[in-house]
Amino acid sequence: MALASVLGRESAFFNNNKQSSLGVNLDLHVSEPQDFFVRNAASADVFSGPEEKIEFLHGTTTLAFKFQHGVIVAVDSRATAGSYIASQTVKKVIEINPYLLGTMAGGAADCSFWERLLARQCRIYELRNKERISVAAASKLLANMVYQYKGMGLSMGTMVCGWDKRGPGLYYVDSEGNRVCGDSFSVGSGSVYAYGVLDRGRREDLSVEEACELGRRAIYQATYRDAYSGGVVNLYHVKSDGWVCVSQDDVADLHRKYLDEPK
Amino acid sequence: MEYLIGIQGPDFVLVAADTVAASSIIQMKHDYDKMFKLSEKILLLCVGEAGDTVQFAEYIQKNVQLYKMRNGYELSPDAAANFTRKNLADYLRSRTPYHVNLLLAGYDDHDGPALYYMDYLSSLAKAPFAAHGYGAFLTLSILDRYYKPDESVEFILNLPAFNVRLIDKHGIKDLEKLPLATTSTS
Repeated sequence: MALASVLGRESAFFNNNKQSSLGVNLDLHVSEPQDFFVRNAASADVFSGPEEKIEFLHGTTTLAFKFQHGVIVAVDSRATAGSYIASQTVKKVIEINPYLLGTMAGGAADCSFWERLLARQCRIYELRNKERISVAAASKLLANMVYQYKGMGLSMGTMVCGWDKRGPGLYYVDSEGNRVCGDSFSVGSGSVYAYGVLDRGRREDLSVEEACELGRRAIYQATYRDAYSGGVVNLYHVKSDGWVCVSQDDVADLHRKYLDEPK
Repeated sequence: MEYLIGIQGPDFVLVAADTVAASSIIQMKHDYDKMFKLSEKILLLCVGEAGDTVQFAEYIQKNVQLYKMRNGYELSPDAAANFTRKNLADYLRSRTPYHVNLLLAGYDDHDGPALYYMDYLSSLAKAPFAAHGYGAFLTLSILDRYYKPDESVEFILNLPAFNVRLIDKHGIKDLEKLPLATTSTS
């Protein structure tokens, strides 16, 4: 918004600019802030208001699920500007603090800004109350913050994942005002594909290795079918003493690996 | 589409809500509770726009509890319903109206059971039975035909799963969840 006005373009009409300018020159320095913007028929209806509304699009696949040893968080790393792949190495997991993770879907700036603000609020809570904030409280803080801006064009679909004294915690929070607690969620344009694999393979008694493989496989299958997801699968595991980054696998390598494996 | 139903009996109110929390084509949760306990004998059932439902219902819930703390006794169901409606009405013509449809069910120790129907335009009606959602189109006619004020009613609903609760002079009781009838393989 501010960037666009400084560069002298018509503010807020990002999509229109994108469609026309993309054929010839790719202004990367302008398209950078708009990483995830891919037209998704399902979410386009949401912002069918006046023209000033910025259309944010959710070209990504992120997922998280609880199991007996904690929470697995798996995300892809592709960013698209229309049909152009702007980046294959985007970090879609935001490390709020050493025991809380947030995922990124929707507007990149919205997600990283609000989750950074959430990190600040969590730290203040810790200082005031001398104990770590619970996942429920952290997600409620985030939900209340973005609810103030409901209808004003924020686009954020995030999962807040952590481990607190009630065990593993997983909440889905979005800019619409939804906040739900659950055992597994997937967010983004590729979420439908990931849900299929995830729901099929999920059991309560998964081992850490099996759970990681399930998360990895679900994201891979989503990147296989969804054009707007791809790059690298980043996998995190949230344990009782904090999160660890488990692996980073290029989707192409996974493709070769799964091709050789029997089904 | 989200569904709520309430039926008033001679000395109780029976309420049920579906348990699906959906976001366009995805069912995010299949065990979501849409009822908010305002006090020991008052339940608020709330459906509507994402975010507005929880924010509005929790706002009403906290204010009802605050009344109890300040005054030492609870709001009656009638007073709670009118308070809720007033809030909806005040916000209706503001920049941030709450798009929520509500059923408020309660038991008053003096006046007995009560069921109130409220919608997003802040209408309020005390009714012997009421429903919200597409399901209402189908169930209201059944209730019109078969409802008798002095009988306890058993009703069967054919949606995935329901949270059913009963409010009477003893308070709020959870009844068994009604699951989808499981067929053999499919």
